[in-house]
Amino acid sequence: MQGDDRSIAELARALRERSTSSRELVAASLARIERFDGALNAFITVTPEQALAAADAADARLARGEGGPLTGVPIAHKDIFCTRGIATTCASKMLANFISPYDATVVERLAAAGLVCVGKTNMDEFAMGSSNETSFFGPVRNPWDLERSPGGSSGGSAAAVAAGLVPAATGTDTGGSIRQPAALSGITGFKPSYGRVSRYGMIAFASSLDQAGILARSAEDAALLVEAMAGFDPRDSTSADLPVPHYVAELGRPLAGRRIGVPPEFFDAGLDAGCAARLREALDVLRQLGAEIVDVSLPHLGLSVPTYYIVAPAEASSNLARFDGVRFGHRSTAASSLEEMYKRSRQEGFGAEVRRRIMTGTYVLSTGYYDAYYLQAQKARKLIAEDLRRAFDRVDVIAGPTTPTPAFRLGEKTDDPVQMYLNDIYTIAVNLAGVPGISVPCGFVDGLPVGLQLIGPAFGEAAVLNVAHQYQCATDWHRRRPADPPAGVKR
Amino acid sequence: MALSKEDVRHIAQLARLALSEEEEADYAAKLSRILGLVDQLRQVDTQGVVPMAHPLDMAQRLRPDVVTEEDCRDLCQQNAPRAEGGLYLVPRVID
Repeated sequence: MQGDDRSIAELARALRERSTSSRELVAASLARIERFDGALNAFITVTPEQALAAADAADARLARGEGGPLTGVPIAHKDIFCTRGIATTCASKMLANFISPYDATVVERLAAAGLVCVGKTNMDEFAMGSSNETSFFGPVRNPWDLERSPGGSSGGSAAAVAAGLVPAATGTDTGGSIRQPAALSGITGFKPSYGRVSRYGMIAFASSLDQAGILARSAEDAALLVEAMAGFDPRDSTSADLPVPHYVAELGRPLAGRRIGVPPEFFDAGLDAGCAARLREALDVLRQLGAEIVDVSLPHLGLSVPTYYIVAPAEASSNLARFDGVRFGHRSTAASSLEEMYKRSRQEGFGAEVRRRIMTGTYVLSTGYYDAYYLQAQKARKLIAEDLRRAFDRVDVIAGPTTPTPAFRLGEKTDDPVQMYLNDIYTIAVNLAGVPGISVPCGFVDGLPVGLQLIGPAFGEAAVLNVAHQYQCATDWHRRRPADPPAGVKR
Repeated sequence: MALSKEDVRHIAQLARLALSEEEEADYAAKLSRILGLVDQLRQVDTQGVVPMAHPLDMAQRLRPDVVTEEDCRDLCQQNAPRAEGGLYLVPRVID
């Protein structure tokens, strides 16, 4: 049995022409999950009954000629998105028994567009991690090498798409959590601009950075799905009230005349030599397609890791204060007073990395340290964002690596949080500035995929998707697939 | 900046986390490492830089003060560890 290699557009066309049915596609997806997820652990919850019922409903609409352009296509949602009546755990013991009373806007819009959800994907607990090892439900394994991490935090979505369990999955990206796992798993991961996709019903990690996006097999697939997800939502106070461009229509634009900036700060000593070679080859492809490669400088890029690891934990410590064991979530049975109940419920319900970030965030916001840490980080954030803004006066898109190295081994970085944090060096500035970014496969080092990152100005998703798509028209790295993992093995 | 076990205990109290004694030592070491990383920012000249709280240049939107949500109390309370008669139950706070 092999995974379905068709693009979302091809699947949608086959569905509309009735040469396949949604039931057939969804059943095939569920069968591959059943067969291979024992080895991968990409899913926390699989919903076969609801998925097959939704597939039949999609087929009925298609039979009546009522389907939309995406009706009947299977998808999986990262388990950070609230799904009405279905467990929404955020990969935490804290929410292990939580059944959401409502749908996230992303879930609602993709369902309205006709996509059929087959289940909820594994992730780092509360999206805090870069390896998927902080999940309460165990690590996800990289389909290219089962001893390695698929990246994180959207590691389940990345592994599920890479292994052909689903054609696409939703993700969220606070510091690289879509782009980094996409790079390490050899797929395409797209994070739109902050404010482009509603965060309503997306469990909050760091509210000034969080953004939803898509993990898929191509920029074209990502463009189709993000168009369906994006747009103003009055239920998210940070949702941008701007029209969503027709991204798919922009994909075919030739690269002649496009200016692509390459910052030397992206090619520093920390970048693996093999990855650097793949990236230079990718830049050659873009040049041959007619793009002009321009030097740009991002002098404050080196500040992005320390800045992020103040801002994100600070916001997380505030957002996660809601988990008190009273209204929902885990409650300790060992407490006799209210104060004890709060402390023990949070201690038992949160994993070690989440507690570490809450502690860091609490400290940098505490009396006497706020100015030195949090306020200083907000100023450094401004310097980083200004670097990018200035660069986009001169170029349409910035290109560079997504990660310093290919996928690392499970357990390799778990003892030292700082080593894990430094893995985010090339992705974080995008979140601090709120701009869009994509990672696309650009080759292999020792059999492991490497990602090319393309970054655009705020609300300039169309240019990013256009360059990514043109690159994918000229290369076939995004069509490479890992061998199927051993079937039925529960690790 | 190195944190002592006492610092860790104080932060854990502010964060309402019941760390064990072994964890206090581990957190003191790991949080000190993290603070070592973020301490790089102290050297950066940010005089005159306006702090950036948020990527969007926008004002808080207001909406008419009318009821927009349906009543979902019963549904929501199904997720409560303990609820009774529409109320959330917690350990006794007044003796």
